[in-house]
Amino acid sequence: MNTAVFRTCPTTGLKVDLSAQALIKANAVAAVVFLALGGLFGLSVALTRWPAVHLLPADWFYLALTAHGLDVLLLWIIFFEMAVLYFASAILLNCRLATPRLGWVAFGLMLVGGLTTNVAVLQGQSSVMFTSYPPMMAAQYFYLGLILFAVGALIGCGIFFGTLVIAREERTYQGSIPLVTFGAMTAAIIAVFTLASGAIILIPTWLWSLGIISTIDPLMYKLVWWAMGHSSQQINVSAHVAIWYAIAAMLFGAKPLSEKVSRGAFLMYILFLQLASAHHLLVEPGLSSEWKVFNTSYAMYLAVLGSLIHGLSVPGAMEAAQRKRGFNKGLFEWLRKAPWGNPAFSGMFLSLVMFGFLGGISGVVMGTEQINIIMHNTLYVPGHFHGTVVAGTTLAFMAVTYLLVPLIFQREIRFPSLAKWQPYVFGLGVAGISLFMMGAGTLGVSRRHWDITFSGAPFDFSYPPAALLMLALNGIFGLMAALGGLMYIVVVVSSVFFGKKVEGKIQLGAPEGPPAVATYGSSESLRIPGTLMLVAVFFVAFVLYYFVNWKYLSDVWPMR
Amino acid sequence: MAISSPSERLWWKSPLHRVELIWITVAFLWGLVMFFMMIYWHAAGSQNLSTETYKTAPFTYYAKVETMVKDYQVRELNGVPVVRPPAGGDVYLVGRMWLWYPVLELQKGQSYRLHLSSLDLQHGFSLQPVNINIQVHPGYEHVLTITPNHSGEFSIVCNEFCGLGHHTMLGKIFVTEAAEGRS
Repeated sequence: MNTAVFRTCPTTGLKVDLSAQALIKANAVAAVVFLALGGLFGLSVALTRWPAVHLLPADWFYLALTAHGLDVLLLWIIFFEMAVLYFASAILLNCRLATPRLGWVAFGLMLVGGLTTNVAVLQGQSSVMFTSYPPMMAAQYFYLGLILFAVGALIGCGIFFGTLVIAREERTYQGSIPLVTFGAMTAAIIAVFTLASGAIILIPTWLWSLGIISTIDPLMYKLVWWAMGHSSQQINVSAHVAIWYAIAAMLFGAKPLSEKVSRGAFLMYILFLQLASAHHLLVEPGLSSEWKVFNTSYAMYLAVLGSLIHGLSVPGAMEAAQRKRGFNKGLFEWLRKAPWGNPAFSGMFLSLVMFGFLGGISGVVMGTEQINIIMHNTLYVPGHFHGTVVAGTTLAFMAVTYLLVPLIFQREIRFPSLAKWQPYVFGLGVAGISLFMMGAGTLGVSRRHWDITFSGAPFDFSYPPAALLMLALNGIFGLMAALGGLMYIVVVVSSVFFGKKVEGKIQLGAPEGPPAVATYGSSESLRIPGTLMLVAVFFVAFVLYYFVNWKYLSDVWPMR
Repeated sequence: MAISSPSERLWWKSPLHRVELIWITVAFLWGLVMFFMMIYWHAAGSQNLSTETYKTAPFTYYAKVETMVKDYQVRELNGVPVVRPPAGGDVYLVGRMWLWYPVLELQKGQSYRLHLSSLDLQHGFSLQPVNINIQVHPGYEHVLTITPNHSGEFSIVCNEFCGLGHHTMLGKIFVTEAAEGRS
């Protein structure tokens, strides 16, 4: 029964199940392919929104927008998360992977499903946006592909849980599972909820597209669909926070400040993040204000609390580790002397900062019941989620790739100087995209809109000139992000296929020194003034921006 | 390290750092502030979205729109009727591919019961440059009371994707000074 074959990792000393390694490789490669495809669609969308360029005709614009959402938000991220799940279970726990054959079935289903939906979109009859709100109907293969993909991903989560059970049975680790595995488990639990919600709504919608069911209630669809659509973003949050901790550990030997606090914060995600479907229903008819207030705030912002805790404990762990190593001068020597030329660190740190400042704050503000009135379906929405999913998740995934390629693919990174600049180019591009879309949205510009000059409309209307400028800047920063994406793909693909084979032990981060934090819980050992300063700046920005938006709201027409 | 098992087996028994405790407390309290801010605004704020909603059918709803147009049409703008309903009364606006129908003429400072619904797909009522955004569903009639507080010409953009003509979907609301309203 137990026929797993292992190699021993010369760097970490961990036993690596070769079938887990093969599955990690396959899922990561598929992820990168869909990132390239989806990124290309995204670039064409940004260039069409740039009024002076206006690249695509209307039908292609909506097709590209649908494909962009599908390929990057769903396929790139979930494929990569499958790789993360297998890594955090089999590799980190020193264990064989449960049912690797089923892992290939899951991979096959996800691949066939992803391709099916892509073909349906490219045929032109399914430009229904990623959200596919009824009564607008796509080709039946659009829904069928998504269902196959979801089933595959669900199997992948099952394999992850199975591996946890095996590791426990076979005592491959001592004590509790590592924090990173705990974070991955959080992601997997949320994924089960998410994918089940997807199945519950997409199966009837598929039957509707086949003519077997006569109607799908548009409001009910939205409620259940967003239990997949938004909760799946919480899989990303859990996964990329786990990656933040993993990179901090691998590069600095950083220990979590407190296992209890970090795990508690993940627990907040499991308990409360699922309520976020409400974020998309705040200006919908037919739902009570009580329901909206409770759900949109994740039951009094308890899931936000989880993220705020990680926002302190991840940089705090790094600061503590760096200070132990002797970078003790002033507030920020630990940060100045961090390995800024190592893309795994720079990508991770930019991801951490931008997720908080761009994606996090805007998300909480936009998710406020009444403030949503001045933001719903404007470009503010994609501005926000490019701050979370691209600047946060995608950049974190890119950063960890620079460690996975030498460790799992056992290849050296080619073009190291290109790799060194990649997180900065991509990060700056995405920051621009996020900020300028939020800016245009604040000025009222609609999302999912081919021509914001309204040519061919029965009346005249134009948004303020500043909004058009913002969209031009969005195009320019879109080009920059695309360049950063291209650099990533060039580095990763050429390293994986043509990189020099890694022999022996490799140096991941800082040279080994004394363990970062000797013991938990002794308050004397913890001095993180730099992190406290960063957190204070963040908090002040958060509070100010929150109340500024109440001010904006108070100026619009009274309504009740 | 975060990638290996906790070095202390009983990690849940180790006490909290003071720094962490302070931040958790501050963050939790801030969450409460944000939570109660929404409730406070329901009591004290002037911008709260009504939840009054009725199930309807496109034909039923469209009949009400047509009745209002017949009763209160004052002129036509680019082929679309302009309706000037009485202040304080019911106003029916419908979204369809690809027009907000009809054009409305309202008086500043007066309240209206605005009904919103769609004949076909979902649409997004996006009033510009005020920037009020409300989702409009077919089969649901959403009623809210609005009080225009500025006079002038306002546009209704559709901000939910509704097919290839989506970008041509516009409507208009004219808000007149109360004095003009009596003439």
